[in-house]
Amino acid sequence: MTGYIRNVYSSLATAFEGMSITFSHFFRKPYTVQYPDRIPLPVQDTLPYRYRGLLEVDLEICTGCLACERACPIECIVIEAKKDPSTKAMILNRFDIDMAKCMYCGLCSEPCPTGSIHHTREFEGSDYSLESMVRRFVKVPVAAYKPKKSGEDDPEIVPILERGMRYIDEFAQPDDPKKSGAKS
Amino acid sequence: MQEFIDGLIGTTTGMEQHLAYLAGVLVFGAAVVFGFILPIAGVTSWLERRVWARIQSRIGPNRVGPAGFLQWLADGLKNLLKEDVVPDAVDARLFRLAPYVVVTGFVAAFVAVPFAGSLIIADLNIGILYITAVTSLVVVGILMAGWSSNNKWSMLGGIRSATQIVSYEIPAGLAIFPAVLLSGTLSMQGIIEAQGWEPWNWHMFHSPFALAAFLLFFVSTLAEGNRTPFDLPEAESELVAGFATEYSGMRSLLFFLAEWGNLYLIGALVATLYLGGWQVPDFTRSTFLLAVAQFGTFFLKAYFFVFVAMWIRATLPRVRVDQLMSLCWKYMVPIGLVSMIGTAAVMVAFPEGNTTMRMTMTGLVGLLIVRFFLRVRYHLRRSKGVGFQPTGSVAQG
Repeated sequence: MTGYIRNVYSSLATAFEGMSITFSHFFRKPYTVQYPDRIPLPVQDTLPYRYRGLLEVDLEICTGCLACERACPIECIVIEAKKDPSTKAMILNRFDIDMAKCMYCGLCSEPCPTGSIHHTREFEGSDYSLESMVRRFVKVPVAAYKPKKSGEDDPEIVPILERGMRYIDEFAQPDDPKKSGAKS
Repeated sequence: MQEFIDGLIGTTTGMEQHLAYLAGVLVFGAAVVFGFILPIAGVTSWLERRVWARIQSRIGPNRVGPAGFLQWLADGLKNLLKEDVVPDAVDARLFRLAPYVVVTGFVAAFVAVPFAGSLIIADLNIGILYITAVTSLVVVGILMAGWSSNNKWSMLGGIRSATQIVSYEIPAGLAIFPAVLLSGTLSMQGIIEAQGWEPWNWHMFHSPFALAAFLLFFVSTLAEGNRTPFDLPEAESELVAGFATEYSGMRSLLFFLAEWGNLYLIGALVATLYLGGWQVPDFTRSTFLLAVAQFGTFFLKAYFFVFVAMWIRATLPRVRVDQLMSLCWKYMVPIGLVSMIGTAAVMVAFPEGNTTMRMTMTGLVGLLIVRFFLRVRYHLRRSKGVGFQPTGSVAQG
């Protein structure tokens, strides 16, 4: 008999307690993030520096070494670079990355000597057609970059090169205490 | 309303009288169904989704219309435009008929629901008995739906639902008795008129037995309406949609409409029987204002219980079918019988009523409410964390 009464009391008491917990939820903020239009910060700003988003190529510092093309496991990078016989400079005619094939593995940005090919923090690349997924970075054939031994002095290229080298330090080099002291 | 129709019917004879009846039935039926029940069911579905979502720390529908208010219209429109799929191997006639039987079962109960002192379609002198009887029609519809779907699990869902509804009729009926005993009549308006507008004059505070009967009534009507924690027949994660699995489009929406509308009916019944219905203090001579105030009071009371039902749905886990049956027969029926006899005993002991007991009961429930809000505050502060020692007073066992 006491078990019976205890059952009735405990069912009412536990339901009461449970309902007080759920009622308290009315006074808490919901956790929902209402992407994409009702969010406090653009999501791109909350991502870490080494986030492997869409690929981007800074043609100003691309040396035309084709290391990224060779490193890509899916062969989604197509580069046409020819040595111009008259000026002895590499001319880049084509630099296409097919983002539909790209798997964002980062194997192309590791061997890049200047950090010109790098991942950005952009991830919103959806579109309606497959052809628009190919990013063509060369609009007009340009000369490839030749790194200068005495350090870069062109003021337009300096910030780009700095970003590229910082990217390599952070992304491409693993934690190696013997390296230049830049701890990633 | 009633006088107008009576007047029309009184002045005509023969065929015209029958036509007047028919016109009255159709017009007022359509007005109530389309003007009140369907929007209520739709708004209840919107409210349920928002309430449910907030309890689960998320936001409900909020894109369609302000705060997602037009979501139910969008859902209704979508379902109307869906393809009418009647699977090949089903019993076509029963399949098509079942949703309409279910909706009839619950809409017919609105005939006797007292919206205000002067707003009731038919003040039957067996009001509450009529409502209990007519809501049982839902069982027929559900069994038809389950059987005709030609699907073992739909049939199981239909049978479980029929069992549940039929078993819980008994505690529901037993729990109606105290209110009827206290009012001396089965008529809905009569029951309300036997209560007063002050909380301590409501039937639920008459004695501990009446309070127990109130709780019992609320829980058994929840079980009759297939609401969690008794929603086995439509156990969403287990039977897909139980008896309504094979239904798509508007037919399926009709089942859900019946469920949400039934919620309002539950609230209306509880408010009528135990909470004093539309009683308001006499504050004005204008009958229109009085009717508006009464309608508003009734609506608020009924909707409070709709809210409580949604809140319970978001809180409590589902019971198993054997737990369901043992709860009904081993706990609710005995407690129902005891409360019925107890109320009669109290009525015999205090023929003129006992204000002390009423005030004590009101005070006790008031204290419970205060304790409830203190627990809510405790949980809020605990969730915020820092610098707070939880006291751990969660009920054991």
